Amino acid sequence: MAQAAETRKRGNKAKEPPVDRDQLLQAYRMMLLIRRFEEKAGQLYGMGLIGGFCHLYIGQEAVVVGMQLALSEGDQVITSYRDHGHMLATGMEARGVMAELTGRSGGYSHGKGGSMHMFSKEKAFFGGHGIVGAQVSLGTGLAFSNWYRGNDRVSLTYFGEGASNQGQVFESFNLAALMKLPVIFIIENNKYGMGTSVDRASASRDLSQNGAPWGIPGVQVDGMDVLAVKAAGDQAVAHCRAGKGPFLLEMKTYRYRGHSMSDPARYRTREEVQMMRTQHDCIENARHRLEGLGVEEARFKQIDDEVKAIIQEAADFAQSSPEPDEKELWTDVLLEG
Amino acid sequence: MATQILMPALSPTMTEGKLARWLKNVGDDVRAGDVIAEIETDKATMEVEAVDEGKLAKILVEEGTEGVAVNTPIAVLGADGEDVSTAPAPQRTDAPRAAAPMPKVAAEGADVKAIAEMGAKGQRKEALEAAPAPEKDWGPTKPITVREALRDAMALELRRDDTVFLMGEEVAQYQGAYKISQGLLDEFGPKRIIDTPITEHGFTGMAVGAALNGLKPIVEFMTFNFAMQAMDQIINSAAKTLYMSGGQMGCPIVFRGPNGAAARVAAQHSQCYASWYAHVPGLKVVAPYSSADAKGLLRAAIRDPNPVIVLENEILYGHSFDCPVDEDFILPIGKAKVERTGQHVTIVAFSIMVGVALKAAEELAQQGIEAEVINLRSLRPLDTATIVESVKKTNRLVTVEEGWPYAGIGSEVAMQVIEHAFDWLDAPPVRVHGEDVPLPYAANLEKLALPQPDWVVRAVRKIV
Repeated sequence: MAQAAETRKRGNKAKEPPVDRDQLLQAYRMMLLIRRFEEKAGQLYGMGLIGGFCHLYIGQEAVVVGMQLALSEGDQVITSYRDHGHMLATGMEARGVMAELTGRSGGYSHGKGGSMHMFSKEKAFFGGHGIVGAQVSLGTGLAFSNWYRGNDRVSLTYFGEGASNQGQVFESFNLAALMKLPVIFIIENNKYGMGTSVDRASASRDLSQNGAPWGIPGVQVDGMDVLAVKAAGDQAVAHCRAGKGPFLLEMKTYRYRGHSMSDPARYRTREEVQMMRTQHDCIENARHRLEGLGVEEARFKQIDDEVKAIIQEAADFAQSSPEPDEKELWTDVLLEG
Repeated sequence: MATQILMPALSPTMTEGKLARWLKNVGDDVRAGDVIAEIETDKATMEVEAVDEGKLAKILVEEGTEGVAVNTPIAVLGADGEDVSTAPAPQRTDAPRAAAPMPKVAAEGADVKAIAEMGAKGQRKEALEAAPAPEKDWGPTKPITVREALRDAMALELRRDDTVFLMGEEVAQYQGAYKISQGLLDEFGPKRIIDTPITEHGFTGMAVGAALNGLKPIVEFMTFNFAMQAMDQIINSAAKTLYMSGGQMGCPIVFRGPNGAAARVAAQHSQCYASWYAHVPGLKVVAPYSSADAKGLLRAAIRDPNPVIVLENEILYGHSFDCPVDEDFILPIGKAKVERTGQHVTIVAFSIMVGVALKAAEELAQQGIEAEVINLRSLRPLDTATIVESVKKTNRLVTVEEGWPYAGIGSEVAMQVIEHAFDWLDAPPVRVHGEDVPLPYAANLEKLALPQPDWVVRAVRKIV
């Protein structure tokens, strides 16, 4: 507990790090790319081009973009079904993700996974998992593989505050702490597990301390501030790479849209959503900082145009890429022995 | 340039809705993300957010309008400063409507049927046309117990491939709850022979995660009853990820441990999971009977790039059988073994029930009935060709399993025979199985619930 309290203090201090202009610009661009991607996905869903469940990441962009800045190549990322942002942040191509959403052959899973199930071995992105909480023990297993191989890679295991109550999450905390596995557990606390607020679902009032019984240090982070996320990520990654075992980050964040496309979000007020959008938006926040650092309007316009072009191209590709060949129904069930 | 705003689909099943309310007026500035209207679907009232920016130039569908089809233009957005008053009213286009979900599902229905037929032919016919290959002769044998066979198989594969490791409850320092991992900790050390806490859900998920990243875990369940806690990770994560990733991410993992009834441990510790796992595409399932089965199949399971369930049997652990001594001995997954030839009836069994079937066959021989006994070895894939070939000779089928009858392995075997050798059957197939009750504790009741050799004899006598 003493260790946890100490890291908390350091975590709070880390909220005002020195600002690297180029890095912030890079983060701004990625957050914008994710937001525009998600808006376009929402639009294509509305047109009937995307089916089933579609969980948008709008509002939470700073979490995954900030964490990605703290990673090195080869570190693994795994998350739940609200996964489009994570994929883009790990460097997966917008067109491949969007084409998977439309169920086309050009998608990352050739149209066989959909919004919730996408993977990229090349980018060390391990999904995309549809069962709430399952990715937490899988992510612990990714860390196990690093431990087994004796390398210094780190597993970033994301889950929502809703999933944080699942039994296997606590089983994973125990296993990771017991074996000192290099895993960063990241709770994306967007306040609502579908329609149930965190206060109604969790008796724990400070989720960052949920690993305390196992001695897992935890920090609460302003998940709407990409630099605060990055600073906390640096701290957690350093801890893991030093062989000190798991680390827990609770990201205080917010999703502007419903849980999935068909959620009218009646469990919260319009004023609450509006307040987060106007006063805490991660992209606006980064933009103001960049303006203060002397970045000019033309540069923002240029980024805007670049992002728009990428998203347009992705949307076009997602509609022009053919549906998977009917033979695909029978492939990838088993690997050849 | 003017942009049309279309009536959006707001749920997977929505085809039309009511435009309940406009929240913006003509002339208002609209930013991406602004709520512009409310739409009532069959389930709820939803807010519509703008995707594009501009000035709301025209409202094409007034509020209060019901039955507005998805993708109907509902408003026009003009770029800043653009005069759209002269722009022609946009026409409803059919192109996006073609993407509406309803007609597509109907069209796909026909395709799915055709593909299913294609697949069934492509997969099963091929397997049936291939004549069962004679089993390779591995030369000299010596008797070892099933327990030793399983341990030797793991030791050989652990030596061969350093990405293979064993984890489970009591597998290391305790040397295995059933002593299957005896001596492995000494040889391979604590990094590769790993004691886990009693936390099946968590450690199974952890092992699957390690397998997705290229390691080859052997997960020992103290018994398969406890694997129920980890079922989600076995089915949803291990078995399905290869498919869901379009072939990118395989899961080379073995789940092994004793399955089925032991002795006097009652309902929660005595269940056969063969039919549960064999149901799942993306898994392979084997059920060894003899020491050779155990050694050969476990080695194959560890080398297999897919998730393989190895259903062992506690009672068989201490039994001795002849097993090839050849260092390279291995058995193919998906091939059954004809344990005894005969021309009057085919008895199909797996795991401990092979012994029951062989005892019954001896009894039947004394009555002048020669039974052919097939040891399935592999439950998925099933060696339908060997079964069918045998039934074409004997014209009669009896299946034997310890598990419950409903949707059991016996039902599947019988159905395969009906599909592929109906005309050769001279009598209806008969299933011998555990009674359809949770297994009782009392010695006399337990005996009444589990198949005995004379049950098999009686079943055969019904049709021969």
